[in-house]
Amino acid sequence: MQVTKGAEKTSEGRLRRIGKSLMKYRHLHLMALPGLIFFLIFKYVPMYGLVIAFKHYVGAAGGFQAIMASRWVGLRNFQMFFQSIYFTRLLSNTLIISLYRILFFFPAPILLALLMNEIQRTWFKRTVQTVTYMPYFLSWVVVAGLMSILLSPDNGPINALRQLMGMQPVYFLAQKKYFRTLLVLSEIWKNVGYGSIVYLAAITSVDPALYEAARMDGAGKIQQIVHVTLPAISEIIAIMLILTVGRVLDDNFDQIFNLYSPATYEVADVFETYIYRTGITEGKFSYTAAVGLFKSAISLLLILVTNRVSKRLGSDGII
Amino acid sequence: MHGAMSRGEKIFHAVNTVFMILVCAVMLYPVLMVLGRSLMSDIERATHPLRLFPTKIDWSGYQFILSPNSNIGRGYMVTIARTVIGTGLSLIVTSLLAYPLSKKDYPGRKVITALIVFTMWFSGGMIPNFLLIKSLGLMNNFWVFVLPMLVSAYNLIILRNFFMQISESLEEAAKLDGAGDFTIYRCVYLPLSTAAMATIALFYAIAHWNSWFDALLYINDQRLWPMQYILRQLISSASVSDIATAAAVSDKTPAAETVKMATIVVSTVPILCVYPFLQRYFVKGVLVGSVKG
Repeated sequence: MQVTKGAEKTSEGRLRRIGKSLMKYRHLHLMALPGLIFFLIFKYVPMYGLVIAFKHYVGAAGGFQAIMASRWVGLRNFQMFFQSIYFTRLLSNTLIISLYRILFFFPAPILLALLMNEIQRTWFKRTVQTVTYMPYFLSWVVVAGLMSILLSPDNGPINALRQLMGMQPVYFLAQKKYFRTLLVLSEIWKNVGYGSIVYLAAITSVDPALYEAARMDGAGKIQQIVHVTLPAISEIIAIMLILTVGRVLDDNFDQIFNLYSPATYEVADVFETYIYRTGITEGKFSYTAAVGLFKSAISLLLILVTNRVSKRLGSDGII
Repeated sequence: MHGAMSRGEKIFHAVNTVFMILVCAVMLYPVLMVLGRSLMSDIERATHPLRLFPTKIDWSGYQFILSPNSNIGRGYMVTIARTVIGTGLSLIVTSLLAYPLSKKDYPGRKVITALIVFTMWFSGGMIPNFLLIKSLGLMNNFWVFVLPMLVSAYNLIILRNFFMQISESLEEAAKLDGAGDFTIYRCVYLPLSTAAMATIALFYAIAHWNSWFDALLYINDQRLWPMQYILRQLISSASVSDIATAAAVSDKTPAAETVKMATIVVSTVPILCVYPFLQRYFVKGVLVGSVKG
C-alpha cells in the first residue's frame, strides 16, 4: 500500500515537473517544432518504412500505408539479392571505384593545396583558388553534359585532336574500359579545388619559423614541402582519409547516374543506381528496399568504425 | 619572406607558376568551350571542332530557349522559384531549430542532436522515401522540391555551433530588459550570425539550383520540370522536339546540340556570377563543417 502510494506521489511529481519544464521552455519548444516535425516525417518515417524490406509489397498504387498491410516474408528479399549476379557485381564495382577514388582522387587536393600555398603573388593565388573551386558548384548534370561534348566521337575536341594525329575517333563514354578512368578524372576536375580548402587552411597554420630553420639547413623548396609541410598536415590527411573511407558507399550516385549508359552498366552499376532502375522503374519495391537496407547498414557500420578511429586521432568526428 | 631566392627556388616558382596556369586552363576550358559552341552554327562546330569561339555569332540556341513554346524558359522559372522559396524556408526552419539546440539548458538537447546527427549516417533510402512522398500527395506537386530538403542536418549543425559561440552575457542583458526567447533569437542571434546564415544559404541555394533527381522521381508534369532536369533530358536524347517544346515544332528549331549547349550556359552562368562574391562564406562553411583538427 505504502509503496504504491509513494510511487504515485513521485510519478505525480514527475508529471508536474515535466509540465513546469514544458511551460518554462514553451517558446523554445515552439521554435524547434517545425524542424523536429521535418526530421520525424522525412527522416524517421522512411526509416520505419524499411520494414518493407522484410515484406512482400504489392500495392504499387497504395503508397506508404500499403507497406503495413503487406505480408511478412522474413529474409527472402535479402536471399534473392545475395543469390543474384548483382550482389557480386555491385559490391565489386563499389569496391573498385572506391579504391580508384582513394588512390587517384584523394591525393589530388593535397597536391593542389601544397602547390597553391607556394604561390607568392596574392592576386594570382586568389585567382587560382576562385578558378579551381568553381567546378564544385556545377551540377553533375552539367559536368556530364560538358564531358559528352568534350568526348563526343562526332565533333568533340578530344577526338578532333586524335584525328589530327591520325588516330581513329573513340566513343569514350560508351566503352567499359574507359568508364572508371573518366569517373576519377571528372571527379578530380569537379572537386579537387573544393577538397583543397581544408588542407590549405591547415598549411597556412604551419609555423613559418620551421621553414626558416629548414632553409638554414639548406633544404630546397621541395625538401621543405616534404619535410616540413607534409608532416605538419599529416594528421589532417589521416583524418580526411579515414572519413573518405567511411563515406565510400554514399558519395557518387549522382556522378555515376549522369555518366553511365546501358553500354557501361556492367562496370558502372553501384547500389543506388541499381535500386533506382530495379525499384523505381521496374516496381520491385520490397526487393530493392532490401538492397538499400543492406547498403545503408554496411555504410553505417563503416562510418561508426571510421569515426571512432578518427576521434582517436584527435578530431571531433564529422560534426 | 621575400629574401634572396636561390636558383633552385626560382626554378621551383617558375615551374609552379606554369603548372598553376595549366591547372586553371584545364578548369576553364570546358566552360569556355561550351560557351563558344553555344554561339556557333551547327556547320561551324562540325567543320572546326577545335575552334573555341565562333567566327560568326549564331544566337539561335538562345532564341529557342526564350521562345514561348520552349519548356526551358519555364524550367528556369521553376528553378528560380524553388531556389528562392526553398532557401528562404530552409533558413527560417533551420535557424529556429538551431537556436534551442544551442542552449545548454534546453531539455533533451543532447538526445535530439544525436537523433539528428544519426540521420546523416543512416536513412530509409530511395524506396521508403518514394512511397512516403506518394502517400503525402506530393507527387507532381511543387512542394516536393521544398519540403523534403527543408533542413539539412549538416547545415543545422554548422549553425548550432555558430550560435553556441555567441556570448551568453549578451543574452543575459537582453533578458534583463525583458526580452523573450523569440526576441533574443531575432534581435541578438540572427544579426550576429549573418556570416553563418550566408554560408548555409549558399549551400541550400546551390543544392536547390542543381537538384534534378527529385524531379525524375516525383514529377511527371512537364510544367513543373526544373531546368537541370530538362537539361538532363536534352543531354540524353538526340532530338530537342520531344523534350524542349510543348507545342508543335517549327522548322526553325535549331540543332539539338545548339540548344543543349545554350541550356548548359544559362543554367550555369548565374552560379558563376554569384559565387565569387560568396567565396569567402563558402570557404568558411567548408572549414566549419569539416574536421575541426
